Amino acid sequence: MAEKIKLKEVFFNPFSKNNPVIVQILGICSVLAVTAKLEPSIVMGFSVIAVLAFSNVIISLIRNTIPTNIRIIVQLVVVAGLVVVVNQLLLAFAYDVAMQLSVFISLIITNCILMGRLEAFAMANRPWPSFLDGVGNGIGYALILIIVGFFRELLGSGTLLGYQVVPDAFYEAGYVNNGLMILPPMALILVGCIIWVHRSFNKDIEG
Amino acid sequence: MNKQSNVYTIVYITIVVLVVGTLLAFTSMSLRSRQQANADADKMRQILNSVHVTAQKGEKIADIFDQHIKGMMLVNANGEVVRQSDGLDAEIFATDIAAESKNADASQRKLPVYVCSVDNGDLKYIIPVSGAGLWGPVWGYIAVDANGSTIYGAYFSHQGETPGLGAEIEKPAFQQEFVGKQLIKDSEFNPIAVVKAGQKPNSNADYVDGISGGTITSKGVGDMLQNCLQPYAAFLKGLSEKE
Repeated sequence: MAEKIKLKEVFFNPFSKNNPVIVQILGICSVLAVTAKLEPSIVMGFSVIAVLAFSNVIISLIRNTIPTNIRIIVQLVVVAGLVVVVNQLLLAFAYDVAMQLSVFISLIITNCILMGRLEAFAMANRPWPSFLDGVGNGIGYALILIIVGFFRELLGSGTLLGYQVVPDAFYEAGYVNNGLMILPPMALILVGCIIWVHRSFNKDIEG
Repeated sequence: MNKQSNVYTIVYITIVVLVVGTLLAFTSMSLRSRQQANADADKMRQILNSVHVTAQKGEKIADIFDQHIKGMMLVNANGEVVRQSDGLDAEIFATDIAAESKNADASQRKLPVYVCSVDNGDLKYIIPVSGAGLWGPVWGYIAVDANGSTIYGAYFSHQGETPGLGAEIEKPAFQQEFVGKQLIKDSEFNPIAVVKAGQKPNSNADYVDGISGGTITSKGVGDMLQNCLQPYAAFLKGLSEKE
């Protein structure tokens, strides 16, 4: 390796400065789809962290043996395999959540963050930095998911993790849950708001 | 070794696919029984939900199911009982309603009935239903009183209906509407119709209001009840005559 990579940066950069969702604008589709409630958002976040970390490590381990012309196929096979394993584990140990997330766990395969990290990082780096990069990017993704899920469930259903947090007195006084929050467009607007706030604190990011 | 050669590429991808395939098969095999147990427990929860029985924290759903379910039956479109058991019958329980309900010839269908006793000792007959909503399958369980006519409770669920609109069918507010409706009026059998609020069905069937903004899902529920309850007409009429 020509230049030494700083492990700290590899791990922490994706949290904010190089966040996969709000800076690189990747994986938006699943952010819109699964964040109507907080619990699926959290599970989805952890699933992506797991798949991303392990696929990064596996690809990094075999990176020197992969023939260049089929490298994307090999990456896909590894990711698809891991996603199926995650889905099977959820069905066995967290059945309710697996039902809620339904097809979106399988769709982790198509999450651009995964292919992006595999192609850009794991193919060129050793397993340990690749692992950190995977976990870091996964956490960056999960953070946004959880922020969006928090606001959508709070404002859309008046609950958090299924527990009612908006007191009944509010409803009697005329407060109404915002039904728009449950629909995907509102997630896009929320992501937009997060990007707005984030950019105003990080002026150096080119828009 | 030339890593770009065709032979290397083909051998490489074959090995990768074989390794991944073996791992997946192994994962699937080792988790199969756990997943099936989860799926069964979920089905039991839904069935009990239709008679307003829910498990408290720490209670095992299978135990509660055994306490309440007094028998299972398979009936045919003539109302005759073709198979009967006391308590849980694995074959009747595993009947695939989604597949059965697609059989256009209702007389060929297997029609399961779960007999359930509620807290005051009354017997309720639970009928599984399955159909299509807007985005995917919808299904449910309808509990009927021993008189073969009065709806005691209804449970509906769905795979991917729009949250806040079609998905409202799984809310108690919608399911409560069915309670007390009659399937048999003037000895004529009519499944419950689902209509737009303020409208009435063409037949003399009892009806409930559909979900505003969830028109196609509501229609799906109505069609599902029509398709899946009609074959039970003879069986339920038989019950009502026994009363």
